[in-house]
Formats: sequence, structure tokens, C-alpha cells
Amino acid sequence: MQSALTRRTVVGGLVAIAVAPLSTSAAFATPETMSDAMRQELGPDARPQAGRIKITLPELAENANAVSMRIAVDSPMTAQDHVKDILVFSEKNPVPTVARFHLGPRSGQARVQTNIRLAGSQTITVVARMSDASLWIASADVIVTQGACFDGT
Amino acid sequence: MARPTRILVPKTAKKGEVIEIKTIINHHMETGFRRDDVGRVIPRDIITRFRCTFGGEVVFAMELFTGIAANPFIAFTTVATESGELAFEWEDQNGEVTRATATISVA
Repeated sequence: MQSALTRRTVVGGLVAIAVAPLSTSAAFATPETMSDAMRQELGPDARPQAGRIKITLPELAENANAVSMRIAVDSPMTAQDHVKDILVFSEKNPVPTVARFHLGPRSGQARVQTNIRLAGSQTITVVARMSDASLWIASADVIVTQGACFDGT
Repeated sequence: MARPTRILVPKTAKKGEVIEIKTIINHHMETGFRRDDVGRVIPRDIITRFRCTFGGEVVFAMELFTGIAANPFIAFTTVATESGELAFEWEDQNGEVTRATATISVA
């Protein structure tokens, strides 16, 4: 493999630094607005436990307009014990809720995939709600060389 | 307006087998946060719901937001129970629905 420090990554990094102050406008989510969104979705007293979720995201996303994301939740997916919802949250996108997946025993496995937009390097948080109402949580960090054009930059 | 879609479903499966279904719909998923050349906000225009049913029963559903990439790609799994038709529905923010189907033969 070539050295990670190519001209492209250096230029991309400089652009990211130059653009960063602009993208902190009020329209963008912060870790606090993400927490608010999570409280709204899960209830004020929700205490998700860490584990059972595997998030597959690239460590480095070159095209933040379409980043492949896979989520797998460890569950037998039976009528008695299955994943009901998988919720995806962003701490930087203008809208903190990215997706809600609804599954059931007919799913066979708790495994979903989609392409997401990332407004910048950030931590993506995934919460799984089980049929017994228990909540599980996991997160993954993605470094973005150039954010998705949410703000036309 | 029906939009072009692509669906990948195995043609055949064994009873009880977990199969993967992959779908794509052509849609720009305009976020509503971008501006055009003269600075006007480009209005939001997104798909908000997706649903897959088999024999009238919902197998999988998803709610989409602005953070989903253009031409939404969605992959999920289901248990092959019997031969029949899988129905797919994508609904945009204005309630406009695009439908597609795929048949599967289960032995």
C-alpha cells in the first residue's frame, strides 16, 4: 500500500479544516441534539446496555454522500425473542435520526444494510429495541475526508 | 410517478432458509439543506417509508430520513416460508407510492 499521506488526503484535510467553522451552524446536530433525539425516541429513562450489536462502517469514508453501513444484532429472532427496531443516530448530521428499521420473527436474522450520508467525521450510534423491550447500544467512528453536501458547500 | 427500482431476490430457496433481499430505488433524496446557484434553498424531497410484505404480512419496514444516501439501497433478510410474491412499497414525503414485486419459489 502507498503512504497514507498522499496529496489528496492533505488537500482534503485542508479543505475540511477551512470548511469546518461554516458547518457548525445551528442547522447541524451536536452530540446534545443527538441525545435529545435519543431521549425522544427511547423515553427519558431509557438505559440501553452496551453490546449485541455489530456495526460495519468504513473507518475512513472518501465519499460521505454514500457510506455503506451494515448492522447485525445478536438475536435468535424467534416469536418470543426478537429484535423489533434498529435505530441509527448521527451526532453531526442536520437530522440526528438517520434511519429506523422495523424487524420481526419473519426476518430470520437481524441484519440490515443501507448507504448513509455523513456531514463530517463522527460517531454513529445504533440502538436495538428487543421484543422484551430491552435496549442495546453500540457505536462506530467514521473519519470523513469531505462531508456530505448538506449545506451546499 | 412510478420510479425505477431494482430488486435482488433469490429465485429459489429451501423452506425455512433465511434469504437476503436487496433493493434500490432511483431517488435524489434531496435533503432540504442545500442551496442552488443563486442561494435559494432547494426544497426537501425524500422517500420516507419502505415496506416489504409477503402474503399481506409485513416482513420488513424502514423509515428513511435525510441522512440516507441518494438512490436508497436497502438490504434485509427474511425467512422463506412458501412460494409466492414479495411486494415492495416505497413512499415519498408526499404520500406518493412506488410498488414492485418479486416472486420466489420455495421448495
